[in-house]
Amino acid sequence: MQKIKPLDHAILILGALFLCLPVVMALMSSTQAAIDIHSNGLYITPGSEGAATYGKVLTQRGGFTGDVTGLLMLTNSMIMGLGFAVGKIVLSMMAAYALVYFRFRFATLMFWAIFATLLLPLEVRIMPSYQVMSELHLLNTYTGLIVPLLASATGTFFFRQFFRSVPDELLEAARIDGAGPVKFFIDVLVPLSKTMMSAIFIIMFIYGWNQYLWPLLMTTDESFFTLMRGIKSILQVWVGSQIPDYNEAFALAVLAMVPPVAVVVIFQRMFIKGLTESDK
Amino acid sequence: MAHLSLTNVGKTYGGSTQPAVAGVDIEIADGEFIVLVGPSGCGKSTLLRMVAGLETVTRGDIRIGDTLVNRLDPAERDIAMVFQNYALYPHMTVRDNMAYGLKNRGESKSVIEERVAEAARMLELRPYLDRKPRALSGGQRQRVAMGRAIVRQPAAFLFDEPLSNLDAKLRVSMRMEIRKLQKRLGTTSLYVTHDQLEAMTLADRLVVLNGGAVEQIGAPLEVYRRPASTFVAAFIGAPAMSLLDARVDSGQVMLDGHALAPVAHAPGPITLGLRAEDLRITDAGLPMRVDHVEELGAQRIVHGMVGDQSLAVVDTGDATLAGTVRIAVAPSKVHLFDSTTGRRIEAAAQPAPVPAE
Repeated sequence: MQKIKPLDHAILILGALFLCLPVVMALMSSTQAAIDIHSNGLYITPGSEGAATYGKVLTQRGGFTGDVTGLLMLTNSMIMGLGFAVGKIVLSMMAAYALVYFRFRFATLMFWAIFATLLLPLEVRIMPSYQVMSELHLLNTYTGLIVPLLASATGTFFFRQFFRSVPDELLEAARIDGAGPVKFFIDVLVPLSKTMMSAIFIIMFIYGWNQYLWPLLMTTDESFFTLMRGIKSILQVWVGSQIPDYNEAFALAVLAMVPPVAVVVIFQRMFIKGLTESDK
Repeated sequence: MAHLSLTNVGKTYGGSTQPAVAGVDIEIADGEFIVLVGPSGCGKSTLLRMVAGLETVTRGDIRIGDTLVNRLDPAERDIAMVFQNYALYPHMTVRDNMAYGLKNRGESKSVIEERVAEAARMLELRPYLDRKPRALSGGQRQRVAMGRAIVRQPAAFLFDEPLSNLDAKLRVSMRMEIRKLQKRLGTTSLYVTHDQLEAMTLADRLVVLNGGAVEQIGAPLEVYRRPASTFVAAFIGAPAMSLLDARVDSGQVMLDGHALAPVAHAPGPITLGLRAEDLRITDAGLPMRVDHVEELGAQRIVHGMVGDQSLAVVDTGDATLAGTVRIAVAPSKVHLFDSTTGRRIEAAAQPAPVPAE
């Protein structure tokens, strides 16, 4: 075993504490009363208002229409994150399958065209995308929120590389075993891609969860608000007398952190496997 | 169970003018074990893959049984294939690996179960049925791959260098197993290998391929004893047959000024083939300068030079050899080949006609 060097550990522990501190502060502050935060600044010790605050942000109706609860926003964010992750995996897997296994003209060119879009951030195409959605009357729908962002160069790239590493004999064995293209995809490639899929799932779920600009444009109906928007609107709308509800904003921020953390914790082992190990 | 017939089968890859396989004719009887053997790039795998349906056929006809299969899908050809790297589905258990093809064919559950059980019993795989391939050793994986072929009860087995990934010892025992299994099932088999020893021990008939064309088809011993060309002569047998430039002069094969065997052939240059195991060291005969000696235990192979040409001789003695030794050969064991075409000259075997008087 390697010798434990106290200094190295001290540095690592210090770094870890430093990175954790803001999260801890947010969590602790969310359990204090708004007025205390306002007068004393942020807390690193737990307060007594926790249960009440979280209960309030999850259930209290707010917004102009008075219909938006924290729970609804959490659900919206969840739909957005899951829709993104699942949709992107399905779409990019199928795209990669076509690119790798079907010999058609310009397949490589097409791949590089897809790959080049990696260089373009969402903001570049946000206006045309908005216009298309608007003309299709898909504003303020989940479809409109999710579908335009589903095409994923990253996912296609990862799956393409993965499929190329699958030995050709496997396809040949499957052909002799009477598996057609669809059967081969579902019976062999999908199960083989499990680790890859979970790696992409994590990345894409968090990407979808954290979307801010796109939902901001696409949704004017408050019942489609996601948590990311909600945090902002809480600060604006639920202002009691003069003091902003810092505690509620913090509580919502903490709630917004929970699902991505959960996803990472659940998929982490497969995530690391997917990125490092080829299981063939 | 069926016979297999390849008629003038050829394959030219797109973008290439040189055919990878050129006009191959092979008739394979029902239950026969045919081994395609040749060096890398001779087209043997391509030929096998054409029979399997994994490569398109650009010329000629392939028939399995009485069906012309040129345009059929691999799954419709009623064949099973064993791959060099096993090609097992890594995420399926041994049982599922074997059952997959049958499931796709729509066999009933009970039939599948019965056939998998039978194959597992035959291949001694029963303890491993619920394992994944990665938990198996190389030999076991190869057995699973064979099990997957057996359960389909195909008209023909196709083997694509199935033993190349195994270590030497396992290869020998698996070779035996494959042979026994094939005899027992009586299924027509086509087996590709580059290992001439594997080819010799497995085959009912050998097909020696070179540059996409058939050099010789025949029973292993026939190919060994009467190689049809210098290529076959050098390829089959270990150590390789020594091929030397010689001359025919006044009815005798002359090498380095020594007459070796009488022959009925016109005088002129000729290629002489001598198998190391047909030569012996004696007191009189062809002089050979000893170069080096390979000790194999049971025997040793003496490499030396006759004139400026190299020659190998099998010797069982254990005296130290140095300097020059004398080599003798029975006239009937001399192989002669045309020095330009490399084809066998049959006159070699018969002694020159001796006048009656």
